[in-house]
Order: sequence, then C-alpha cells, then structure tokens
Amino acid sequence: MAIEIQPERAEPTGRGPEAAGGRPWWQRPGVHTGLIGAVAGYFLGHWLGNMLGGFYARSSLADTNDVAIVLGYTFGTIGWLAGLGVFNDLLGTMLGRPLPAHEMGRTEPGLVKYFQFTLNHKVVGIQYLYGMIAYFLTGGLFAMAIRTELLSPTYHIIGPEQYLMVVGEHGTMMMMMMSSVVLGPFGQYFGPIMIGSKRVAFPRLEALGFWLTPAAYIILLSAVLMGGFPTGWTGYEPLATQATQGMDAYFFAFGLMGISMILAGFNMIVTIINYRAPGMRWSRLPMFVWSMFGVSFLQVLAVPVLVGACYMALTDRTFQTAFFTNQLGGSSYLYENLFWFFGHPEVYILALPGFGIMSEVISVFCRKPLFGYRVMVAGVLGVGILSFFVWQHHLFDSGINPDMRPLFMLTTELISIPTGFIFLVAMGTFWRAKIRFTIPMLFALAFYFNFLIGGISGVFVSDVPADTTEHGSFFVMAHFHYTIMGGLIFAFFGGLYYWLPKMLGIKLNETLGKIHFWTMFIFFNSTFLPLFALGIMGMPRRVFEYAHNLQTLNVWVSISAFLLGVSMLIFLINFVMSVTFWRVRAEPNPWRARSLEWQLPTPVPLENFMRVPVILSSPYDYGDPNALPVADLNPPPGVIAAAYAPAATGLEA
Amino acid sequence: MSLAAETPAVPGANEQHEPAHGWRLFFIWLVLALAAGLVIWFVWYPHLPPGRMSSSASHQQFDIAVLAIGAAPVVIGVVLYFGYAIVVWRARPGDDSDGPPIHGNTRVQAAWIIGTAVIVMGLFVFGTVELVVPAGAGAGEGPAPIWKLAGTHSATWTPGTSTILQVQVIGQQWAWTYRYPQFGGMESTELYLPLDTPIEFHVTSLDVIHSFWAYQLGVKADANPAVDNVAYTSPKQLGTFVVRCSELCGLWHGAMFNYGHVVSGTAFQAWASGVQAKEQSVGVLAALPPYALTYDPTVIPQLGKEMTQVVGVTGAPGLYYGPGNPVTP
Repeated sequence: MAIEIQPERAEPTGRGPEAAGGRPWWQRPGVHTGLIGAVAGYFLGHWLGNMLGGFYARSSLADTNDVAIVLGYTFGTIGWLAGLGVFNDLLGTMLGRPLPAHEMGRTEPGLVKYFQFTLNHKVVGIQYLYGMIAYFLTGGLFAMAIRTELLSPTYHIIGPEQYLMVVGEHGTMMMMMMSSVVLGPFGQYFGPIMIGSKRVAFPRLEALGFWLTPAAYIILLSAVLMGGFPTGWTGYEPLATQATQGMDAYFFAFGLMGISMILAGFNMIVTIINYRAPGMRWSRLPMFVWSMFGVSFLQVLAVPVLVGACYMALTDRTFQTAFFTNQLGGSSYLYENLFWFFGHPEVYILALPGFGIMSEVISVFCRKPLFGYRVMVAGVLGVGILSFFVWQHHLFDSGINPDMRPLFMLTTELISIPTGFIFLVAMGTFWRAKIRFTIPMLFALAFYFNFLIGGISGVFVSDVPADTTEHGSFFVMAHFHYTIMGGLIFAFFGGLYYWLPKMLGIKLNETLGKIHFWTMFIFFNSTFLPLFALGIMGMPRRVFEYAHNLQTLNVWVSISAFLLGVSMLIFLINFVMSVTFWRVRAEPNPWRARSLEWQLPTPVPLENFMRVPVILSSPYDYGDPNALPVADLNPPPGVIAAAYAPAATGLEA
Repeated sequence: MSLAAETPAVPGANEQHEPAHGWRLFFIWLVLALAAGLVIWFVWYPHLPPGRMSSSASHQQFDIAVLAIGAAPVVIGVVLYFGYAIVVWRARPGDDSDGPPIHGNTRVQAAWIIGTAVIVMGLFVFGTVELVVPAGAGAGEGPAPIWKLAGTHSATWTPGTSTILQVQVIGQQWAWTYRYPQFGGMESTELYLPLDTPIEFHVTSLDVIHSFWAYQLGVKADANPAVDNVAYTSPKQLGTFVVRCSELCGLWHGAMFNYGHVVSGTAFQAWASGVQAKEQSVGVLAALPPYALTYDPTVIPQLGKEMTQVVGVTGAPGLYYGPGNPVTP
C-alpha cells in the first residue's frame, strides 16, 4: 500500500520554496498566460487547417472548413494548457531539473492560487465549485430561452434555428459539464479528507482535469458563433455530419470533457484504493466516498467510448471518413450504440453522487447510523455495474435487434432493485429518528421525493410497449429531469449548504437558503410534472411547434420554469453575498457530525492532517454511547508504522 | 407494494411504549393504495393516451394503466412513510439527543430485496408478453421482424380478406411520404389506412434519422437512411390521427408532421385505386424510382448513372429530391 507514512511531519510553514521566490503573479503561469496560449494556438491551428484542408473541405456556407476549426480547437487547447504551465514540470523533468520540493508547495495565500495550475486538491475542489456553478447557470439560461420559445405553439420568439441551437447548448452544457458537478467540487475536496489522506494520488492529473473544463466550456459555447449545432445533446449521425461547423465545437468539447472525466475518475480510484488512512477499512468508508468510487469506475470505463465516438465523428467531418454514413459503408447505428454505451452509464455518473451526498446528510440530521450500510454499498455498486448493460433501451424503436428487447427491458428493470436499496436505506434511517430540518436535510427529503418520481417514471419507459408511446417525447424529458435535476442538482445544493462551512469557512444565509429551497422544490415540480402529461399527450422532444391544445400546459410549465430561474437567482444572491460580503464565520463542526472532514479545523490545513490519522470507527455511529470517536487525529509516533508492520495489532488498512 | 410487506417488521420489539408505527402506516397505505388503484382503473384508464384507435394503441393504453396501478402504491407508500416520519420523528425543540443506534435489520432488508426482485420479475414477464402478443407493440422491429401480425402477403390488396396492407413510410427533411406497393407503388403525402386490417409499415429515410410516430395508432419506428424498419398495427376505429417526427432531424423537425386517416376498407380501396390511376395517367408513377425497401438519394436510376457529387452528406446545403421531380432538387 503506497500510503505516505509521514506521521511526524508537521505542517510545512515555509509555503514552498518557489512560491517564496517572490515573482509577482503576472510573471508566473496562470489564466492570463493560458488565454494568450489559447488564442495563439487557435490561430496557429486555424492557419494550419486552412493550409492542409482548405482546398478540399471548404464549406460554401461558412467560407471556412472543418479542418481549420478542429485544428484551431486542438492547438488552442494545447496552448491554453501550456500557458497555464501544465507541462512545465514534465518538461523540467525531461531536462533533468529537480521537481518542486513538495507537490503542494506552490499553494500560497490569497486568491492567485485559484487562477493557476495548483496541485492542492482543496484548491482544485474550490476551482471546480465556482466553475460548476458558472456552467450550471449558463445551461439554465439556455433552458429559460427554450421555455420562452415554447410559450406559444406557433408564434416564434427565437425561431427554429436559434431554438435548436439553444436546445443543443442547454442539453450538452448540462449533461456534459454537470457530470463533474459533485465529483469536481466535493469529490476532489472531501474525497481525500474523508479517507484520512493528506493528498490525492495524482495531483497533476486532477488539476489538469479541472483546467480542461473551462476549455470545453468555451469551445462548446463557441458553437453559438457558428450557428450552433442542430442535434441536441445526443449528436446523432448522420444529422451531425450534415451540420455546419458548430458541430465540430460540440464533438471537440464533449471529447475534451470526456478526457477530463477520465482523468478525474482515474485519480479518484487510485486515491481511494491506496491513500486510505490506517483503520479506514472498506466497511468504514463513508458512503460519499463509495459513491465517488463507483462514479470513478463508470467514468474510466464508459467515457473512453464517447471520446472514441467523438473522434470518429470529427474524422467523418474533416478527413471525409464515413464511419457513420450508411450509404458509404458506415452505420448510423454505430454512433447510437457508441453514444449510449457511454450515455447510460453517464446517467448514473450523474445519479450516484446524489446517493452518496444524501446518505451523509440524512445520517447526520436523523442522528442515527445509516440503516443497512452494506445494502447501500451494494446499491451503489450494483447500479454502477448494471448501468453498462442497459444502453439499448434508448434504441427500442430504432429498428436494431428486436430480439434483444426483452433482455434490455429486463436489465433496465433490474436496476430498480439496487435503486430500491437507496430508498430502503433512507427509510430505515428515518425510522424513529430525531430529524433536524436543516437546509441540507430539506434538500435530502426533496431529493428522495424527486428521485422517487424519476425512478418510477423510469419503469414506465423501460417497458417496451409503454415506451412506444413515451419514447422521444416530453415524458422521457420529464423523466430524466426528475432524476438528474431533481436528483443530482438537489443533491448538489444539499451538499453545498452542508459542506460550504468547511470548504469556505462561512455559512450561507439560512433564511435565503430556505426561500431558495422552497421555491426550487415547488417550481421544479410545477415545471416538470406537467411535462409527463405533455409527453404522453403526444408532444415530441426538441420541437419548436406543438399542437394548440397543449398550449395551456406549456404556458404553465414556462412560467414555472421562469420562477425556477428566480429561485436560482435567490441562490446566487445568497451565495455571492454570503461568500463575499456577509461572511458569517462557521464553526468547525456546526452540524455536530461524526465524519472525518468535520473533525478538522476550519480552514482545513494545507496538508489536511498534521499526522496521518488512525480511523477508529464508522462515521455513522450516532446514538451509540459506547462508540469510539471516528479517528485519532494525533496518534502517538510509531502507531502508524506499527499498523503496517507484519503483525499488525488489530488495525488494518 | 413491497413497502407494506416489511414496514410492520421494523419496530424493535424491545420498545414497549412506542406505538405500532408499522401497522399504522400499513393500514393508511392499504386504504390509499386501494383507492388509487380503483381510481386509476375505472376513472383514468379509459381516458389514458394513446387511446384505442389500433391494436397496438389499446395494448399500450392497457400497459400504461397497469404500470400506473403498480406504481401508485409504491409512490404512496414512500411518500406516506416520509411524511409520517417528518411529522412523528422530528426532533422536538431543545432535544439534542441522538436517535436509537439501529444499524440494520436483516429481516427487513431480506424482505425488501425479495419483494423488489419479485416485482421486477413480474414487470419483465408482463412487458415481454405485452411485447410479443401485439406483434412488437407497434415499435419498429428492423428489417427482419420476429413478431408479426397474422395475415397473408399478396401483391394486391382487397378489402375483406386477411391480406396484410404494406405501407412504406419515407422520411426526409422535413416531410413524410407514403408509398403503397400493392397499388403500383403509388405515392401520397397523406396516410390512409383501412379499418380492421393488419398493416405492415416499412419505415425508411432518405437523409438523416427520423422517427415515424403515428401517435393515436401507437406506432413508433425510427426512419434510418438505407435501413428498412418494420412495424405492425391494426386500426380499430375510424378517424384521423397525427403523424409526427419524434427524432430530432434538423431545422424544421418541429414542423414535420401531417395527418393520417383510418377509413373503411372499401373507401380505402377507392381512394388508393384513384390515386394510383391518377399518378399513372400524369406520369408520376413512371418518374418515381421503382419501389424498393430503401432508397439512395445520391443515385437517380432514371438518369442511368450515379450522381458523383455527394452533396448534403458533408457540411453542404442538403439537396433532396421531391417526389414530383426526382431530377432537380
């Protein structure tokens, strides 16, 4: 076990040698140099693309060619990373220079570290937090535009072309960027802390994973400049091959975000396996860490398929290959299969973190141990494993493999067994509990309600005959908004209210928080519940015109959606004011929680723990007067070494 | 459903003064679930989409009703439980104590796992039966369907026989056209179907993926270029239905719809023969490409050569050929 055994090492006080070197921030690599690199790289790539492909791939529509756009994005991304200093240590090592004394040595006081390629997992977590909020709000604004257009069945506010652009941007922003909304902020920040580690396994991969997300975000948004892409978030071929250059942005950004997800997942897996503190047995691992573990495996195993599909689609568009063109020997089914082989695990990449966060929250605020810990672990892992065997339920009407339909119907319905475990655990934990209605707990209750509706509607969609009516309609749309927004996003906000006192050391305003919760819960349901009815009454997804008799419901949904947007605005005001101006200091452990992260002082020290802690008991042993504290944070010297000695004394890793 | 089975088992037997939460919940749940089931079956089911216009539609209506009757007790049970919990087990003001340290209950967990597994297996069996019996439930089965409607194949179709009517559905950006191979391969932009007749749809596309959704008929089949996707149904009521595209196919996807009509067998034959005769006389039939299960819009057989320029496939404005004039886009 490659655990860093340095229990006697005190917190470094020097803040690292090279930070002390004293160069001002603008002379060191950061966002500003990254932007210079990105712009320079883009123009270089664009010029190169025009040289290479300008004579055979020029589009008469846009007076440009896909090769130039794709190479521009490629070189722009490389320039962005080079400008950020991602490759500095790599090149330095190749040139024989010594690495910085400590990987976290570059951390410094002040805000500059958040705008640099910083290797501290807590800094990366906070970078992710702000990034994800920005991406989420951007995606939400596109949703407002969708609902504005759908106010009328025939009168158009933004018209069909912009409508498709907005639909595609909204869907892709939410599905692709939000896949890291929990693994990014909370997973990177609390994952290592909750297993008692001072660091993550691969800090460079972790930081690279974050710094790819702004690039993917900007590239995805750049599609707007080229008229967007007409395919929605699924990017189906051959429509994608037919589309104009905005499609390149979609495939490139999705592929880039895919790489970010793979890196983040890989780092998380290795960290969780190898960097657990002594005594952090698998049976004591917090559920949140279990869910991160499951998500990471999904990312590492499923996302490469997506990256491959994006790459093939890009070569279709640039090198004139024909992987996905039926008439030229390719297959549009190939894309559908590749996409959904990623796409269904992706849905659980979005769902599992919610299960993890909510397990932490309900245990703390019910003041009870988690009911059936092993069942919960089995649920998380079972959902993860099964999610690889269901993707063809997205293709029930596509005309592929009718004989496989009963099988995929079965595997899809089997997922409701491990999903049911999540509810069993929650209901068991609530049994005779002492429930505290804090804001995270309210979000937890809403999470279970929303996920219940989402899960039950999933059973309707899994049934092939019923799915014939529901497939591709607003019913499906309502279903996955209930699981993803009602599940993941509610869990994210619950986690935010729960963990922000530790991450930033401040408390969010409670009154505004409660207003935010109640408006969000009410208007979320008021927005998405009618969509089930709309879908089953015959409204397909992604249409800008619909039947006149559906207008009343659509107007209702639109108004609810705007009010949901107002709710997000309340959150934003609360967040900005609380974090920037009010700054009400939080106690180190305001929730009296047992789990390891709350035992640390706020702000969390640079290396989390002065010494590697020894984990003594489960984080969920509430109500047990004989329970040991969760960990010994200051074990006497020699204990750690003894833990790894051949004849260990009851402590195992 | 499974919820009720195990909630009574949860209370710890050692706590004498606690009321029997489990039984209380169970009886409230039983009443509500029964009421919901009755309401769904007698009040909601007759009005549930997609209606009973065809064999596949009425099967889907039945399936949705059955699933709703199965789902309602689960939703009611879980919501009721959480509602009960937050009322009864909330911490009173000033109470800082912890709850009882219950780590699990093997009986409850086992009952839950077995209960959900039984429900899931039941759903699977029900879904499979309902998929096989109505010949694929109106979903596209691809070029080689394995569940077929009973009936005979014949080169011509006459009302009152068990002959299957074949209808080809051709999707293109952004219109549906229908060809009737048993009527000389004549082509129409309106879909007419005869009552009480097994219909075999052959769905294909000329450009990108569309999805043929005859909403009231309960038929949905993706239209893939160069692929023949077969779906079955049998209309049971006269009337008009909507055909929409339900797979995003580009700019005017939202406007890609038209109407279909179910008419009596004789009326259908009169209509189809009339269209065929008219298209024969004005030369449309001769100008159309010969009936085939799939078409390649880059190949125009009447010109005797292949179009070498594959426009519309990569990044260029799509050039597609109208049925009236297959030569000039």
